[in-house]
Amino acid sequence: MSSLSPPAKKLWWNEPIHKSELMWISLVFVWGLVMTFMMPYWHVVGKQNLGTETYKTTPAKFQAATEAFAEKFTVRTEGPRNHPVVAPPAGGDVYMLGRLWDWWPTVELKKGETYRFHLSSLDWQHGFSLQPANINIQVVPNYEHVFSLTPTEAGEYSVICNEYCGIGHHLMIGKILVVE
Amino acid sequence: MANTTQMLNTVFRTCPDTGLKFHGPAENLIKANAVAAVVFLLIGGTFGLLVGLTRWQAVHLLGAEDFYLVLTAHGLNVLIFWLIFFEIAVLYFCSAVLLGCRIATPKWAWAGFALMVIGAVMNNVVVLQGNSSVMMTSYAPMEAPPLFYLSLILFAVGALIGCFVFFGTLVVAKNDKSYEGSLPLVTFGAMTAAIIAVFTIVSGAIILIPTFLWSVGLVGEIDALAYRLIWWAFGHSSQQINVAAHVSVWYAIAAILFGARPLSEKVSRTAFLMYILFLQLASAHHLLVDPGVSSNFKMFNTSYAMYLAVMASMVHGLTVPGSIEAAQRARGHRAGMFTWLRKAPWGNPTFSGMFISLVGFGFLGGITGVVMGAEQINLLIHNTLYVPGHFHATVVLGTTLAFMALTYWLVPVLFRREIIFKGLARWQPYLFGLGMTGVSLFLMGAGTLGVPRRHWDIGFAGTGGITHEFPAAAYTMLALNGLSVIVAVIGGAAFCVIIVGSLLFGRKLGDQKMEQAWIAKPVTDEEYNANGGSAYAIPGTLALAMIFFVSFALYYFINWKYLAETWGIS
Repeated sequence: MSSLSPPAKKLWWNEPIHKSELMWISLVFVWGLVMTFMMPYWHVVGKQNLGTETYKTTPAKFQAATEAFAEKFTVRTEGPRNHPVVAPPAGGDVYMLGRLWDWWPTVELKKGETYRFHLSSLDWQHGFSLQPANINIQVVPNYEHVFSLTPTEAGEYSVICNEYCGIGHHLMIGKILVVE
Repeated sequence: MANTTQMLNTVFRTCPDTGLKFHGPAENLIKANAVAAVVFLLIGGTFGLLVGLTRWQAVHLLGAEDFYLVLTAHGLNVLIFWLIFFEIAVLYFCSAVLLGCRIATPKWAWAGFALMVIGAVMNNVVVLQGNSSVMMTSYAPMEAPPLFYLSLILFAVGALIGCFVFFGTLVVAKNDKSYEGSLPLVTFGAMTAAIIAVFTIVSGAIILIPTFLWSVGLVGEIDALAYRLIWWAFGHSSQQINVAAHVSVWYAIAAILFGARPLSEKVSRTAFLMYILFLQLASAHHLLVDPGVSSNFKMFNTSYAMYLAVMASMVHGLTVPGSIEAAQRARGHRAGMFTWLRKAPWGNPTFSGMFISLVGFGFLGGITGVVMGAEQINLLIHNTLYVPGHFHATVVLGTTLAFMALTYWLVPVLFRREIIFKGLARWQPYLFGLGMTGVSLFLMGAGTLGVPRRHWDIGFAGTGGITHEFPAAAYTMLALNGLSVIVAVIGGAAFCVIIVGSLLFGRKLGDQKMEQAWIAKPVTDEEYNANGGSAYAIPGTLALAMIFFVSFALYYFINWKYLAETWGIS
């Protein structure tokens, strides 16, 4: 009787389990507990726990908020798309919007300071992929996602779209600048 | 009329090589579904080649528009059409053939098959027309023409009918008393796949039907977040059908080639049951960096749901090779730790395919899936090329290769034709396995460097000057991925050529028995107990399992270390 036939022993559920299997099952179970423990543990000791504060919004509302933010803190415009470079005060709010096919505006942050990021999309779904820090967050229209970001190193960072958003997906790129 | 039906239902043939009893209509249905599967594998694989050659930045074969179109078509053809057609064939085989009974309602089964064919063909036509390059996920509010959603709905309804024909056949077998005791393990595994399939297809209906109505203007708005939540109940669960199905195929091949029985029916069946109880609940791991999903929900979902399902897979990962080891030892290959493995038929594509599938699924697909499913680690990986790297290890190296391996055995049994190009067939699983291992590793490597998935140009040539420079290693990874794709496609094409060629030109076997034994005699209790009294001692498998465990744990903690190095986020 192989696995292709009904079990050899009719009362198969009464058969003892061999010790090599039992050992492995115990090990795997404990490993599952370790991995389960790691996530709340990281919430306590780790510095990378994506915030989950979220508000319902609309594209129009979010665009207005982002424009107001840009108007208040723009220090210059630069780059091929003539984007405003917005430098909010340390610890302040930052608004960034994704749209086909652009991240707007460019943001200038100070290393080591913590900012409250507001992220949403004006149209389809997008993917906020901060490179080379490699932080990846889903951006969904009609939802305003708020979380804190603390840059650890100065430099020029790119925000790449990593959620497919149509034919111009690969053109969707923005910048975050981090200064000392 | 009633008479003809009755007669049809008693048309059985016994395979001279395997002793399996085939009900005529069941056999034809299995053949039709398996052939359709291979056709869509061929189509989808061709699209895959184009994807790989475009990602290779130095070659960059297709333009952007074609790339996104081809990528959409690639995903749908292989991830859905090839796998589900084959799985329907597996369901019918595991019910009507393994239980030796007639298939329930063959007319309904044919209707389901017709719907699946119509859906799959229609989907390809719609996608190739060019307005449906929305990827397999078709995330609202990005919109495809109504026929795109309709084609998927038709396909899903057809597959659902197939599942119910399977359940009906189990009832027929029970009523006809065509078997005694409990279902065979392989049939039990297939049953869990079918139950998960019903859950999957219902989830699919809940999201695709409103989306279809939205695309024709009858529904005002589809909430993007709700779409993601429900779509993944469908999208991820469909991968659990694959897992349950290919694990059943592993057990089937262990039985076919070695006469193996599970080390413990109780353990293996419980592990299958855990797939139903936990796997599809875990689909929220696709939402780990989404807005509006609480950390508690994410952790519950990853740990309670996913880790228990992972435990089930790790149990199968031990018991499948363990059952082979026990059977080999019982048959005399007792020396040392690994004689049983060395003496395995490595030149038989059914074995090599199955074993590469097992190792690839576990080491590459399994470990990476669990790691990126941890709530915080997902921040590093979400939507990078790492994700396709992971699932090429699970559904291609794992599921597809297992199905290929079974096909080599099935063709002579079902079609009574000998496999042609036996020399090529010996090498095919190695070629395909090597290529796909490369694809998986290099995509994951590029993803670790931050390269986005579903992205036409990581050189950012058309952006008017805003660019990002990925490290040179990322370009190397994509080039190596391109080369691996070529190797894998040669392996995949070899499979299609061998199988289609065998169906058309293979030597007809008729009622003649083949020279070599085509199915191993089940190992008996006496044989098991002759092994020094310890029937199921499996030191070799345990050693391999420990290597797996250590790799898993190391890789898991390395990723926490990577995570600790990035920006603070809260």
